[in-house]
Amino acid sequence: MATKPSVNPTPSQIADLTMMTVKPRSLWVDAWYRLIRNKAAVAGMIVIIFFLFVAIFANQLAPHNPLQTNAGKSFLPPAWMEVGPNGRPSDPAFFFGTDNLGRDVLSRTIYGARVSIVVGFLPTIVIVLVGSVVGLLAGYKGGQFDNILMRFTDVIYAFPDLLFFIIVMVTLRETFIGKLLNGLFLLFMALAIVNWVGFARVVRGQVLSLKEKEFIEAARCIGASDARIMFRHLLPNSLGPIIILSALTIPGMIITEAILGYLGLGLTPSTNPNDIFITSWGALMLDGQAAINAQPWLILPPAICVSLMVLAFTFLGDGLRDALDPRLQGTQ
Amino acid sequence: MGKYLIRRLLWLIPVIIVVSGITFILMHSAPGGPWDRDTTARQVDQNTQRILNEYYGLDKPLWRQYVAYVIGDFNKQGKFVCGLVCGNLGPSYRMRGLTIQQILFMPPEGKNFLYSRFGYSMRLGVFALLFAVAIGIPAGVIAALKQNTIIDYVSLFIVTIGISVPNFVMALFLIILFASTLKWVNIVPRSWDEVSVWVLPTVILGFGTMARTARLMRGSMLEVMRMDYIRTARSKGLAERVVVLRHMIKNSLIPVVTILGPALAALVTGSFIIETMFGFPGMGRAYVTAIGQRDYSMIMGTTLIYAVLIALANLSVDIVYSFLDPRIRLD
Repeated sequence: MATKPSVNPTPSQIADLTMMTVKPRSLWVDAWYRLIRNKAAVAGMIVIIFFLFVAIFANQLAPHNPLQTNAGKSFLPPAWMEVGPNGRPSDPAFFFGTDNLGRDVLSRTIYGARVSIVVGFLPTIVIVLVGSVVGLLAGYKGGQFDNILMRFTDVIYAFPDLLFFIIVMVTLRETFIGKLLNGLFLLFMALAIVNWVGFARVVRGQVLSLKEKEFIEAARCIGASDARIMFRHLLPNSLGPIIILSALTIPGMIITEAILGYLGLGLTPSTNPNDIFITSWGALMLDGQAAINAQPWLILPPAICVSLMVLAFTFLGDGLRDALDPRLQGTQ
Repeated sequence: MGKYLIRRLLWLIPVIIVVSGITFILMHSAPGGPWDRDTTARQVDQNTQRILNEYYGLDKPLWRQYVAYVIGDFNKQGKFVCGLVCGNLGPSYRMRGLTIQQILFMPPEGKNFLYSRFGYSMRLGVFALLFAVAIGIPAGVIAALKQNTIIDYVSLFIVTIGISVPNFVMALFLIILFASTLKWVNIVPRSWDEVSVWVLPTVILGFGTMARTARLMRGSMLEVMRMDYIRTARSKGLAERVVVLRHMIKNSLIPVVTILGPALAALVTGSFIIETMFGFPGMGRAYVTAIGQRDYSMIMGTTLIYAVLIALANLSVDIVYSFLDPRIRLD
């Protein structure tokens, strides 16, 4: 303090005092500063924003129409190779080379980003909404509802989830639902059905420990309703784990879509240029794997993109965990 | 303890019923049946299809087929054929004359159990687990002992890649690197008796588990290193080697040991994409093929084996934990 406070402080002294106190920062701002000091998390964010940008502006960014086939220009090597293994010279117009029908690999990879971004975010939003509400109710109300949830989780955990996706995709893809959005809608539903349960279980655990705390008791004493306690007190206090878990759920979704696409069960590659989702990285890898020895450039761009995207989300998720819950730092 | 075990094992029954129910509904809602999906062979004509359906009971209402699968039913001669409750996983519609348990567990003539489909998957899973433990635990220990040095950062980086990059993408990278560029390994083997053809599938399958083991081991080592009994051990003049081996590693192994059971189950059941990629003669590839061919009882039988394996692995964690940490009581 600048001056010793006297018994009757003058207005100017009071002004000095207020100026010297540190501006209060909320927990969220603190967490944000911790997050942006984490280099890996920032790198992850940059990669995610880059892919988001690529996905949104795929129309403008792609040098060629991803569906346009170029007769006589199939299996061209990437631009930095003079001559490919099949003796064809490269064409600078096709930076990553071309596939078996002469389609531009770079453009197809750019369009593939759309599917991965959407598959990462949309099912996760559904999972977070449903999982949080059910978890809150089960944790707070307990009783029969809680029991049913836990038994349901046991069953879902016992069911091999990838096999569930495979069966669902095989069985329902010819039906009406299976054809919405080239099969993506069905995939979203299958992903959400399996994954919300684990999410609900985590929220429930969080609520179980929170509801014994004093501030909940205090809220109940002043007559707050159950809904108010759940959504104004319990939910905001479990937001940390919810955010961390959602960031860590996204890479799982992207991987599952890539695996299914690779097995030929994900998105149905489209031939209609008006479609938003034309192909996915998984489908591209499936196309490329037939020629993995001779034309590895078909498979490498989508494989590297999937790896980058998943790594980026993992780094961001780990960074969020360290930022929002410093006690957990470095333990997992 | 005994009571707890019995209750957990009894709990398997409803799990099996629900899992089989979901599988049954899903696979029967798929278009087509076991006779009309084979595009490589001659199509089975209508009349034969009808006779086959009658023979296998596929002409009966669905609920009856389900009951027949789980409990059993009278066949044409009026003889009772026992179902799942007797351990009978049903006849294969594809390899006619064989039951599912024969396809999965019976080795080819003159070979032992390890050469059955299940045996192949099991061996691959066990090798992958051994690889994961043999590399993961030392890596975790070294990273913890050299915390915040370059060794730690390199191992953390590899661990993060191993955890996040899906194993089939890893497989593509490694195939391109080791098989097509360097030509060190052969990925189209003449026989699965050669040792070298096992290397790549094992490493790829075990990589994720290896990374998870290393991370867990590092975290648990870091926690143990700060304990009072480590300071005590040092202050009474024990050699550093003894402190590390006998006090630190032994105590930090507890959480790692508990994940090994589920890890093995995940490796045996989760290998089907790797099996499909390498043309591995295991259970996972048979399963993927069966889904495409609508071999109903094969799909059902394999799903149930997977579900039981996973449930037993989860049970094993709880039991192992209660042995290692006497503070935890099962009841």
